[in-house]
Order: sequence, then C-alpha cells, then structure tokens
Amino acid sequence: MRLGLRIIVLIKQVPDIEKVRFDVETGRIDRSSAPAETNPFDLHALEAGLQIKEKLGGSVTVISMSPRQAESSLKDALARGADRAILLTDTRLAGADTIATAKALAAAIRKLGEFDLILCGEKTVDGDTGQVGPEVAELLGIPHAAYVCEIREITHEWIKVVSDMGDKYLYELKLPALLTVTRELNSPRLPTLKDLLRAKRSQVEVWTADDLSEYVPLDQLGFQGSKTRVVKVVIPSTEHRRGIMLRGDEAVEKIGMIILSEVLGK
Amino acid sequence: MSRRGILVYAETIGSEIHPVTFELIGKARELAEKLDLEVWSTILGYGIADKAAELIYHGADKVYVYDDERLRDLNVIAHKSVLVELAKEIEPEIFLLGATPWGRSLAPRIAAALDTGLTADCIDLQIDKDGELLQIRPAFTGNILAHIKTSSRPIMATIRYRVMKMPQRDPSRKGEIIIRKFNDVDCDGIKCLGKVSERRINLADAEVVVAGGRGLKKKEDLVLLEELANLLGGVVGVSRPLVEEGWISKDHQVGFSGNVVKPKLYIACGISGSPQHLAGMRDSGMIIAVNSDPSAPIFRHADYGVVADLYEFIPKLILLLKNRKEM
Ligand SMILES: Cc1cc2nc3c(=O)[nH]c(=O)nc-3n(C[C@H](O)[C@H](O)[C@H](O)COP(=O)(O)OP(=O)(O)OC[C@H]3O[C@@H](n4cnc5c(N)ncnc54)[C@H](O)[C@@H]3O)c2cc1C
Ligand SMILES: Cc1cc2nc3c(=O)[nH]c(=O)nc-3n(C[C@H](O)[C@H](O)[C@H](O)COP(=O)(O)OP(=O)(O)OC[C@H]3O[C@@H](n4cnc5c(N)ncnc54)[C@H](O)[C@@H]3O)c2cc1C
Repeated sequence: MRLGLRIIVLIKQVPDIEKVRFDVETGRIDRSSAPAETNPFDLHALEAGLQIKEKLGGSVTVISMSPRQAESSLKDALARGADRAILLTDTRLAGADTIATAKALAAAIRKLGEFDLILCGEKTVDGDTGQVGPEVAELLGIPHAAYVCEIREITHEWIKVVSDMGDKYLYELKLPALLTVTRELNSPRLPTLKDLLRAKRSQVEVWTADDLSEYVPLDQLGFQGSKTRVVKVVIPSTEHRRGIMLRGDEAVEKIGMIILSEVLGK
Repeated sequence: MSRRGILVYAETIGSEIHPVTFELIGKARELAEKLDLEVWSTILGYGIADKAAELIYHGADKVYVYDDERLRDLNVIAHKSVLVELAKEIEPEIFLLGATPWGRSLAPRIAAALDTGLTADCIDLQIDKDGELLQIRPAFTGNILAHIKTSSRPIMATIRYRVMKMPQRDPSRKGEIIIRKFNDVDCDGIKCLGKVSERRINLADAEVVVAGGRGLKKKEDLVLLEELANLLGGVVGVSRPLVEEGWISKDHQVGFSGNVVKPKLYIACGISGSPQHLAGMRDSGMIIAVNSDPSAPIFRHADYGVVADLYEFIPKLILLLKNRKEM
C-alpha cells in the first residue's frame, strides 16, 4: 500500500535582483550589495508541492546546493510547510555549471531513495538558464514537462499538466516525473506563526560531497566537473541611447515627427 | 577522427519550420566558413519531409530527416532520443537549437545525455583569436552579458529568436537529403494530449510595440494603447502587473518572465523600467518612454523621454498621427 506522494522541491538562493549592483568598468557583480533570497520561481514550485501534499498526503523534501548561507532559504521552506530540508554544501561543489549542478542534485535525490515528483522553478534570476530541471530529469531517466502553468489532475500514478510553450499543451506524465513551473501556476503562501515556530525547532541537514560519492564520481562535480566556463562578463551600458527629454505640446509634435519619419519612413 | 560539422536542429510548429531555424543555419554557415566545417541540419516530425529542401536553400549542406507519425507530437523523450542517437553517430563539433520554450526544454536533456556543456539563450556566437567559439548570453535578468567557452564536444547552445540575420533563400543551392528511420524508443512516460490554447498574438515578430504599465488606471484604458498600436501597425505589450490583474493575457507580457521583444519602435507608457521589464525590451531599435515621474528609471534606457501624463499625451499623439496620415 502506498502512503501519499514523496515530493522533492529544488530551490536555489539568489541575490535580490532589484538591489544587486554591477560594476560597468570591471564587469564585476557585487553580490554583497544585495540581500539573498529564494529564487522567486522556486517559491511557486514549493507551493505546488505543498498543495499536492495537502490533497494526496505524503511529504515535501527541499534540497539546495549552495553556500552555507542558503540555510535561511531552507528554513523559510520549512516554515512554509516542507517536512525535510537538505543543504548540499562543500567547496568541492562550488563553481558548478548546470551539468555539474544537475549531477550533484541527481545524486542527492538518488541517495534519498524513492520519490514520485520533483518540482523546480522555470529558471533562476541569476544564472537564468532554465537548464537544471530538464538535466536532472535526464540524469534520473524520468519524463519532464517545462513551463508548467497549470496542474489539472494528479493521482499516485500520473499527473496532467499544461505546459506554456507560447501555445499551451496538455501533457500526461507517468510518475515519477519532474516539472519546471512558471509564476502563473499559483500564489505562494506566507508562513504562519505556528509554522515559523515549528521551523525554528527543525533542523536543516547538511550534506557534503562525500555524502554523494556513492552516487556520482566526485570529479564530475563543482568547477572541476563543469564543461562551460564564464570567461568574461560585460555589463552593457545603455549610454548609446540618446536620452532626449521632452515635455508639453512640443513633445507631441516632436515624437509625432520622429515616429512618422524614422519609424514609418514617411 | 576530427569533427566535421555544425548541426542545427530544425524546430517545427505543426508542419512549418520555425524561422529561428533559418537564422541559426545562417550563423552556422558563417562559422563553418571560418572553422572549415560543413553545415548539417535535422528535421523531425510527421509530414515534414518535403520541408527539408528549405533547409538546404538557406545554407545547409546535409539534412537528416525523420518523418514518422510517432514524432508528430512534441514528445520530449522521443525527440531527445532521436537527436542523441544522431549526435553520437555524426559527431558534430557544434550543435545549435533555438532558445524557444521547446528548444530550452529539449536541449538540456540532450546535453545531459551526451554529457556535454550547454550555453543558454545566446545572443551572439563569435570565434575568438585562438579560433575558439565564444558564446555570448545575457544573465542576471539581462543585466550582464556573459562570454562562455565550452571544453566538451559537441559544444551545445540555444540561441534566441531574431538576434541572428535571416540568410538569403537560394533555391538553386544543392545539398544532400538523408531519410532516416525512427527506431522506436520507449517514450510512454509522457503523452501529449493536444493543444489547449493558441498564442493569440506574436509579440516577438512585431515591428512596433506600444506597451502599458501600472500608469494605466483601469483595464478599459488599454483601448487607448490599442488605438495607437493599430495606427502604427503594431501590437500592445504590457508590464507584468497588468497580466496579474487579469486585464490581458500573458501573451502580451514583455520582460524576464514574459516575451523578449526587439521591435523597431517600443513605446513604454506608464512603465517604471524595472530590471525585469528592461530584460524584455532593452534591445529594441528605438525606445520612447512616457512617464509622469521625471525620475523614472525607464528614462535612462530610452532614446526619447516624455515627461507627461499618458492620458493627455497619448490622445494628442493619436490625433496628430491621424491628421498627418490623412495628408
Ligand atoms: C553569468 C553566468 C552565466 C552562466 N551561464 C551558464 C550557461 O550558459 N550554461 C551552464 O551550464 N551554466 C551556466 N552558468 C552556471 C549556472 O548559473 C550554475 O550552474 C547554477 O548553479 C545553476 O544554473 P541556473 O542558475 O541557471 O539554474 P536554472 O537552470 O535556471 O534553475 C532552474 C531550477 O533548477 C533548480 N536549481 C538550480 N540550481 C539549483 C541549486 N544550486 N540547488 C537546488 N536547486 C537548483 C531550481 O528549482 C531552479 O528554479 C552561468 C553562471 C553565471 C554566473
Ligand atoms: C521573478 C520576477 C519576474 C518578473 N518578470 C517581469 C516581467 O516579465 N515583466 C515585467 O514587466 N515585470 C516583471 N516583474 C515585475 C517587476 O519587478 C515590476 O514590478 C514591474 O515591471 C512593474 O511594472 P510597472 O512598471 O508597470 O509598474 P510600476 O513600477 O508601478 O510603474 C508605474 C509607472 O507609471 C508611472 N505613471 C503613473 N501614472 C501615470 C500617468 N498617468 N501617466 C504616465 N505615467 C504614469 C509611474 O510614475 C511609474 O513609473 C518580475 C518580477 C519578478 C520578481
């Protein structure tokens, strides 16, 4: 007999993109300039996991591969209702590209044992690739649907989802499966007081690379295992824009002329 | 044996080839001349075999065709399996796909199966002075451009639509069309049950976008922007809050979690210019911003900034354009 669904949510901690500062001269990203937060898309993945648990029973485990400070995002996930939180943290995991990230996450998922559903964000606001989810699915040999904006139906055996690929498609996936979700899927809950208290007492489990060694060769993880390298970062300046300011009726006349001559070619 | 070609995946929508495919073939042609490689393409689907010649007319030397009823639907496992098998056999040096939602869902599975690096959502590909491929892509919500190199083979990348030049179609171009069989794979884990809705407008292809934000007071006021858009032969775009309010469908959303647009003219009305909005329109040809707040960040990214109440400015502009058009 099966008792509920074993759900895994992958979450990443990212800088608050409204506040982070970029140095145009040096191409440096000053991460210390902005507070860290949970990748906004991942909160929707977590919410979806919690709603499914409430409906069918089971458990929600959150996993993050991050520096130690990401513990705060995992605690927040516990407060929102996750049952278990695992932080993969180790200098040997640092500097990973998406393939190396996916390998570490897939290894951690294997170590956890059997599962039914993995939920990810559509992409992150920093690395911004959207690749980790489908890569994890491939490494685990399970189907995935990307850009999921609606969950129509879920049982213990399968899930029906709408995938937003410009046109929207309905897919049925056999479980276990992986979804990457958009912000249209739901509105994330805020933690209740009771949950905040519970989260305070619960523990984030910390795993290192050694915990994964049974499931993946360690030289395939972190910087060493990465196949892509960022060799340079350029901060595009928008100085080429003319930035001419206009007001009043003069503006109407001027903008009208510009549109007619430059754009409509009249 | 050294690798001899650049492989371009031809994305199909129904039985039509997505135009990003031709742009990629054009870019692949340019890289191929520099690197002394051939350009290969592959097309998968059902009832698409007669489209293969188009890929050659646009610059491919060889096209691998998989025409099979079981490839009609967008089944990511079936399509992945075919492409992984092909890539293992013909060993391309570079493998390019469009950074469409389908391409961005499919490519990472292929990369993981081939255990190779994949660069996301590129806006340029260059050969550096060492003869190596530089992949250039926006990251951090479009705030930076990262230059990326790949150490494994094939080098894989997804490329944004409408950033590469569309090559000339030359129906006299010759090439080789290779018909392949689809070896059945177990793809029962996922079933496409059909399309539930069509995208109503295509922002990505628009030459003019008239966009509105929270400066609009109510849903009905979108008509104002529609009127201006119609006059200019354009379409209406919006910032995210308007989609969240349920005023308009997400097809119209411009930005990081919506559409990336690159029209000749972008008119932003009552939009503050958040990083997430800028990520979707900063590469527009000309940007005109209309905002009542002279300190709005959007003005720093605009060619022309109009400090005005959009409810006064837009009707006057519409009137002027109408009068001039009639002359
Ligand atoms: C400027 C820049 C450009 C980069 N470009 C590339 C590139 O083109 N190709 C490449 O392979 N790598 C690239 N990287 C590296 C990449 O950002 C990292 O591998 C990162 O750890 C994961 O990728 P992402 O942030 O794009 O995640 P995405 O693939 O966008 O994340 C999707 C989802 O996967 C889950 N997830 C992602 N990371 C984690 C994690 N660490 N822990 C738990 N869950 C997670 C979350 O649910 C998330 O919503 C780049 C890095 C930088 C700084
Ligand atoms: C993960 C994530 C993804 C996101 N993705 C997107 C996205 O894809 N697209 C997007 O747009 N946003 C996105 N956002 C939201 C984004 O952060 C901003 O909240 C949003 O872009 C603001 O929309 P706005 O400019 O319309 O509204 P506001 O910031 O409220 O600006 C309204 C502007 O209107 C001006 N105004 C008011 N009245 C008038 C008037 N009568 N005449 C002229 N001007 C007037 C005001 O001065 C102000 O500048 C995202 C956010 C997150 C966290």
